[in-house]
Parts: sequence; C-alpha cells; structure tokens
Amino acid sequence: MTNTASLEERIGQWRQYLQRRQAVHSADVAELEDHLRSQIDALRVAGLDEDEAFLVAVKRLGELDALAREFATEHSERLWKQLAGSPGGEVPSTTKPRGAVVAVGLAIAAAVAIKVPELFGLSFLKPADDADFYMRNLSLFVLPFLAVFFALRRGLPKSGWYWLAVPFAAAGLLANVFPFPPDSHTGMLTAMHLPIALWLMVFYAYAGGRWRRHDQRMNYVRFSGEWFIYYTLIALGGGALIGLTLFIFKAIGLDAERAVVGWVMPCGAMGAVIIGAWLVEHKQSVIENMAPVLTWLFTPLFTALLLVFVGAMIWTGKPIDVGREVLIGFDLLLVVVLGLLLYAVSARDAQAPPGRFDVLQLLLVVSALIVDALALWAIAARISEFGFSPNRTAALGLNLLLLVNLAWSAVLYARFLRRRAPFARLERWQTAYLPAFAVWAWLVTALFPVIFGYR
Amino acid sequence: MNIDKDLVAASATPLVLAILSEGESYGYAIIKRVAELSGGELQWTDGMLYPLLHRLERNGLVEAFWGRSETGRGRKYYRLTLSGADHLDGQRRQWQVVDRAMRDLGASRPDGKNSRPDRLREE
Repeated sequence: MTNTASLEERIGQWRQYLQRRQAVHSADVAELEDHLRSQIDALRVAGLDEDEAFLVAVKRLGELDALAREFATEHSERLWKQLAGSPGGEVPSTTKPRGAVVAVGLAIAAAVAIKVPELFGLSFLKPADDADFYMRNLSLFVLPFLAVFFALRRGLPKSGWYWLAVPFAAAGLLANVFPFPPDSHTGMLTAMHLPIALWLMVFYAYAGGRWRRHDQRMNYVRFSGEWFIYYTLIALGGGALIGLTLFIFKAIGLDAERAVVGWVMPCGAMGAVIIGAWLVEHKQSVIENMAPVLTWLFTPLFTALLLVFVGAMIWTGKPIDVGREVLIGFDLLLVVVLGLLLYAVSARDAQAPPGRFDVLQLLLVVSALIVDALALWAIAARISEFGFSPNRTAALGLNLLLLVNLAWSAVLYARFLRRRAPFARLERWQTAYLPAFAVWAWLVTALFPVIFGYR
Repeated sequence: MNIDKDLVAASATPLVLAILSEGESYGYAIIKRVAELSGGELQWTDGMLYPLLHRLERNGLVEAFWGRSETGRGRKYYRLTLSGADHLDGQRRQWQVVDRAMRDLGASRPDGKNSRPDRLREE
C-alpha cells in the first residue's frame, strides 16, 4: 500500500512545516530529521508498517508548536531577524548567481572604477577642472554596476542588455562632450540630474525589462526608499570608521588624510551603493520596510509644520522673500511631501477603507500645494524681472512637475476619501507619473547646456 | 508509575550529562538510553531534548559536532566538556543528598506503610 516514496514525501512535508518556524534553523531541522528517521527505523524493526512508524515517531517528537516555542525560548536571539551571515535567515532565492558574491564583486569593481581616471592624471584632490569632471561623471562610475547587478539577478534577456547600455552610453556623452567652462551652472545641473536620470534607467534592469508593469514600478519605489535608508546607515558607519582612522593615526604622528580622502572615502561611497542595493534585495522579505515607518512618523510633523507656516504668513502678512535659494528650498519641500505621499501609498493596503491617516495625508498635500503656490507667485514676479537663468528654469520646471503630480494626487485622494474612487487609482497615478521625472532629468542634461550656451 | 513533570524536567540535565559521560552520543540514542535506564518509566517528549542539548552547548557543558550515521545521514553528536564533567559532579552530589534524605525519611516513617526496608537492605 505505502512505498518508500510516500514516506519520503511525508518526511519532506514535515520538514517544510518545521522550516517555516523562525526559531528553528535548518541545522536544527536536520538534527530533528535524523531523530525522526532513527525512530522510524527502530519502529519498523519492531514490526510497524511505514505509516504507523511515521505517525508514532512524529507524535513522540512532540507537538510542533510546543517544540518551536521551546526552541524560541532557548534561542530568543533568533526572533530578531538577522540579515547577515545567519544560516536560517537566508531567504531561499530562485536567482541564479550567488547574490553576495556578485554584489561584493560589483562593489569592488565600482570602487576600482572611481580610481581609474587617476591613471590618466585626473584627481579629485585637485580643484577646478578635475572636480567638475568627477561631479558630472559620479553616477557613471557606479550606476552601470548597479544595473549589471540587477540584470544578472533578474536574468535580463540579451536584447535587454543592449537597451540598458543605450542610456549609459548617452550619459557618458552628455557628461563629457559639452565644453563646460569651470563652475558652469549648466554643468552643475548635469551633475545633479544625471544621477536621477540614470537611477530611473536602472529600473529597466530591476524590472527585468518589464518596465511598463506598474507593480514593478511600485517595487522600484519601495526599493529606492529602502536603499536610501541603508546607504545612509552605511555612510554613518563609514563616517565613524574614517573619523577613528584619522584619530588613531594622528596619535602615532602619521597623517592618514591623503589615504582616507583619496581612497577610503571614494571607494567606500561607490561600493556602498551596490552593497546597499544587495542588502535591500536580500532582506526584502525578511525585515519590515523602514521607509513607510519613517513616513508614518513624519507625515504628522510635516503637516503641522506647513499649517503653522501658512498660519504665520497670514498672521504677519509677510510675503515670501525671494532670495537665490528660495525656489530650490520649495522644490525640496515638494520632494519631501511627494516622498511622504509615495511611501505611504507604497505601504498602504489598497483594499483598506479610508482612515484617519489618509485625511492627514490629504491635509499634508493640500497645505504643501498652498505654500508652493504662494512661493511660485513670488518667484514668477522675479523671473519676469530678471529673465530665465539655467538654475531658475530647472528649479521652476521641477516645481511645476511636482505641482502637477501633487495637485492631481490631492484630487484623487479627496475622491478616495469620499469613496468615489478606489485607492488603486492614486497608486496608478504615481507609478504612471514616474517616466515624467525621467524625461525631465534627461531634458535638463541634454538640452539645457545647448540652450543656455554652457554657462 | 508516572513520574511527575517537574521531576522529569529537573532530572533531565544531570541525566543527559551522565549519559554523555559514558561517551559521545546523539539525540535519539540519548533518549533510548534514558528509557532503558528507567525501564521505560521516564517519558520525555522526544523533541524537547534538543532545546535542552542546545542550552547545554551554549553554556559550554557539552560540545557538538556533525558526523555521519551508519546509513550515511548527517547526524549531530554531543560530547561532555571538562566543565560539563565538573557540573555533573556537582549535580550528582546534590541528587545524592536528596536521595539520602528521601530514603531516611521513608525508613523512619512510624507506620512503615510505604517504606521498603527490604529493598534498602539489599543495597
């Protein structure tokens, strides 16, 4: 009636069931399995058939919940999900190349890449020209490796690799063929927009070529937020490492500054981009996303800030003083608000009914829109007075881009709150809007230098 | 006779250590040995032995290593460490004190109902 295969199957099922317990690592499962098999063998010798032997052996081993609880008491540290180096924490992945090895290899490649220009006599320790070169090309030293990382992980088809190469080749040209004079404003704009443009191109590899899919876009938004948090954490650790290095070498009368500034900082900053991406990939199903938690924390605070600001403006009747930086400042404000909105959306269950937090989100977006409208009013006057400079045009374009996004988001949010539209509509709007940012970033890098004569 | 749950729990550590003092062993064999020694009176839930072994390992009383079973399966073996042997000595003395006290009390019971003087004399 029963055969060996079915016993193996049942043991396999039992093993899988046990493996799902967080506190029971795979080594423990192997140990328990050895016990189970020894017991079954002994019972078979005693005359039981396979079925009976299996049932008795499993019963004697004890109830799995109680057993898992006992393991959890003994190994309480395992309830903290471990990212690095724990055998049980390893997420079974279906990807072909070994993630860690590939990530470290590419991180090293990026770290080496940033030093390659020095072979040709460039150095970022020297001011002026070289610094400009590094600023414009910074993303080109690392983002291609990030793209390769994802292309390998997702098994991008061969034609996809060609498509992926196009934007990077274009970026290489745009950053270097224009005759930017030192301290050129359009050169700076290129330095600022190229990383964004390329980051959005990496998405192509991230999605494995399926860049039209909205769920993939939302995943990339989630990835970007988590990556930013990881990068910041790695940078903090790196800062501590550098500070201590300088300090202890100073204690023995050696100046480590050249080594640190010339090697540790640039190579670390490049490598960390890849390592951060790998960590996010590795942990995505292991640990809760952090970006939504921060969103949840800061949405009320930013809402309060904006409301108080509007109140103060009305109370004192002071107009916004249009200085040099004011437009950039309001751009940043909108970016932050959009970020808060985006990560709240990314973590929200689209099926859930409207809640208090949704009202707060809408309030945040609306107050940001009011503040920005006031700022734009002030800036419009200034532009008509002084004309379009590259910086002002770029800032204004970004502002309008964000304004359109947030305004329509507010409309969709309001509709959702009055239950006129599903939440998915808002999610869809955000993912559909992402290419607009890419197009804008490419426009600034490709057209602005020519339009404004490289100044 | 069913041995009380608390007593089973309290005796588990010294028993495991004592069995390992006979030589290295593994989970299933330890449980079999316990059943043998107690004539089947000491019933453990088999799985619970493993968290106990892991605790002993963490506390350095035993050390573990992976070997192979006779059929070639991976098998985790445990052996007593020096500090485990020390710990066992201490435990043994404590149990002997308890054991002696219980016997004396049993022997000196006035009605003598539950005392087993004949068995005491045998030893």
